[in-house]
Amino acid sequence: MTMRGANRPFCRFGLSFFIILLLPAYLCGQESIAPPSKVVAYDFKYDRGEAVELSWQLSPDDKGNGSISGYEIYRAEDPLDSFISIGFVSAGTSSYRDKSVYKGQSYRYQVATSSDGHLYFSEISAAVVPRMELINWNLLNLFIIGLFLCGSVIFFISHATRGKKLFIRKIAGLEAIDEAIGRATEMGRPILFVPGINDMDDVQTIAGITLLGRVAKVVADYDIRINMPVSRSLVMTTARETIREAYMGAGRPDAYSDDMVNYITDEQFGYVAAVDGIMVRQKPATCFYLGAFFAESLILAETGNSIGAIQIAGTAQPAQLPFFVAACDYTLIGEELFAASAYLSNEPKQLGSLKGQDMGKLLAMIVIILGVLAATVSQMGGGQFFTDIHQFLSNIFTVQN
Amino acid sequence: MRREVPLIITAVVGVIFVIQYFIPHAPFNQFNSWFSDWFAIIGACAIWLGALNLMRISADKIYRRRSGWGYAAIIIASFLLIATIGFAGGSQFRDPGTGFDWLYTWVYSPLSATMFALLAFFVASASYRAFRARNLEATLLLLAAFFVMIGRVPVGDAIGSFIHLPESLMPSKITIWIMGFINSAGQRAIMIGIALGIVSTSLRIILGIERSYLGGD
Repeated sequence: MTMRGANRPFCRFGLSFFIILLLPAYLCGQESIAPPSKVVAYDFKYDRGEAVELSWQLSPDDKGNGSISGYEIYRAEDPLDSFISIGFVSAGTSSYRDKSVYKGQSYRYQVATSSDGHLYFSEISAAVVPRMELINWNLLNLFIIGLFLCGSVIFFISHATRGKKLFIRKIAGLEAIDEAIGRATEMGRPILFVPGINDMDDVQTIAGITLLGRVAKVVADYDIRINMPVSRSLVMTTARETIREAYMGAGRPDAYSDDMVNYITDEQFGYVAAVDGIMVRQKPATCFYLGAFFAESLILAETGNSIGAIQIAGTAQPAQLPFFVAACDYTLIGEELFAASAYLSNEPKQLGSLKGQDMGKLLAMIVIILGVLAATVSQMGGGQFFTDIHQFLSNIFTVQN
Repeated sequence: MRREVPLIITAVVGVIFVIQYFIPHAPFNQFNSWFSDWFAIIGACAIWLGALNLMRISADKIYRRRSGWGYAAIIIASFLLIATIGFAGGSQFRDPGTGFDWLYTWVYSPLSATMFALLAFFVASASYRAFRARNLEATLLLLAAFFVMIGRVPVGDAIGSFIHLPESLMPSKITIWIMGFINSAGQRAIMIGIALGIVSTSLRIILGIERSYLGGD
C-alpha cells in the first residue's frame, strides 16, 4: 500500500508529462490541413457557353513551403451526379477555367487541398450554368480598332475616287517587275512563279495570286512563257483561272495553255526538289516567290541565285524574310506583298485603301510612343496614373479571350 | 454574271466571317467549322485534279520524249507504286509494319531529310554574301550576326571571361539584348504592318475593289 501511495505523485507526473508534451507531438504528425475556402464558380463571360471560371481562397496552410502539393478540382453535374476529378493546379494557384463543360448543363464544384496523398475538401460551390452570349464584349477593343481601320480605308477610297492625289512611296521590288519580265523576253527564257506552299485559305497565297494576275497580263503582252509549279490543287485551279482571264484581257486567249500551271505534290520537300529541278533544267530568267514560305525559302532562292535569275520575293513569314533578303534581288517585306496588287493597278480606289492602311500604322505608332513614355515615367516613380495609362494602352491591342 | 457571282459570294462570306468573330452565339459560332469542313472536302476532291494533272503532264512528256522525260517516268512509277501499296493496305495502311509505312520511313523520310539538309549549305553561301561588309548596313548586320552566333555557344562567354569582360558585356548577354530588343522590335514592326496589310487586302476583296484574283482589274 505504502508503495502504491508513494508512487501516486509519480504517476500523476507521468500522465501530465504525456498530456502536455507527447500528445501535441503525436497530434502534430496527424495535423489536419485546411481546405480552400470561398469556392465560387461562375459562367465565363462572352463565350459560346463552353467554359466555367472557378476561383477560391487559398488554404491558410498554403505558404509556399511545400507542405501542399496543389489543389484537385472536382465537378459534379447538378444535382445528383457524384463528384469526379477534372483537373489539378499547383500550390499558390487560386483559379481554374473548366473548358470541358456543355452549355445549359448545371455544374457544382469542389476544390481539395492535396497534401501527402491526403485530400481536404472545401465546401461545395453554388450551381453554375454555362451560357452562350450574344456578343463577345471582350473583343470590343478589336472591334473599335477594326472600325477605325475600315473607316479609314473607305474614307481614303472615296477621297481618291473624287480625284484627290495620293502620295504612295515607291516600292523597289514592284518597280522592278516590268524590268524583270522584260529581261526574260530579251533572253527568250521562261518566267517561274512560285506561289508558296500553303493553300487558298492563306491570305498570303491570295496576295500572291492577285499579283500573278498582274504579272500574267504583262507576260501575255510580251508573249513569253510562264511556268507555275504549285503544291496545292486548289491553287492550281485558281491560278489557271487567273492566268486564263489575264490572257483573255490581253486579247490573246489562244496563247493560254493549262500546262502553264502544273501540280507537283503537297509534300514540302518533294515540291522543293521538283522546283529546284525545273530551275536547273529550264534556267528561267526571272523567278517570283510570292506567298507563304517556310524552310524551303532559302533552298529555292539560292538555287535561283545560282542560275543567275532575277529574283523577286515576297512573304509575310517574318522568319523567312532574312533568307529572301540575302538571296533575292528584291524582297517585298510583309505588308508590301499585300500592297503589291493595289500599287501596280495604280487605280485610285486601290491606292486609297493603302492610304487607309497607313492610318492604322499611324495609330499604332502613336499608341507605342505613348505607351513607352508612360511605362518609362511609371518605372521612374511617376505614380499609379502612368502605370494605369500604360496598362490601358497595352490592353488596347490585347485580345482578352 | 460570271464575274458578279464570285464577287457576291466573296463579299457575303467575308462579312459573315467578320461577324462570327465577334458573335459567339448560334448560328455564327458554327460557321467557322462549317467552312473549314467544306474547304477540307473541296480540297480532298481537288487532290484528284492535281494528281491527274501530274500524271497527264508526265505521260505527255514521256510520249513526246521531251527533255527530262526520264524524271517523268520516275514520277509515274513512284506514284503508281505508293498508291497501289497504300490502297492494298486498306484503312490501316499507315500502321507500323505495312508496306506504305516502310516506304514512308525508309524512302520518303530520308529523301525529305536530304532536301532539308541542303539548307545548311545554302545558309552558309547566303550568309557569306549577306555578311560581306560592303556598306554600313551590311557591316551592322555582320556585327549583329557575329555577336548572336558567338553568344549562342559556350565558347563565347569563355572568351569573354578570358579577356575579363564585365558581366554585362559577355557575348551571351549581348545576344540576349540584340534578340530581345532590336530583333523583337523589328519583328513586331513587320508583324503590325502585316496585320494591317491583311485587313486592308481583306477589305479590298470583300468590297470587290480587288478583282485581280479573278483575272480582272
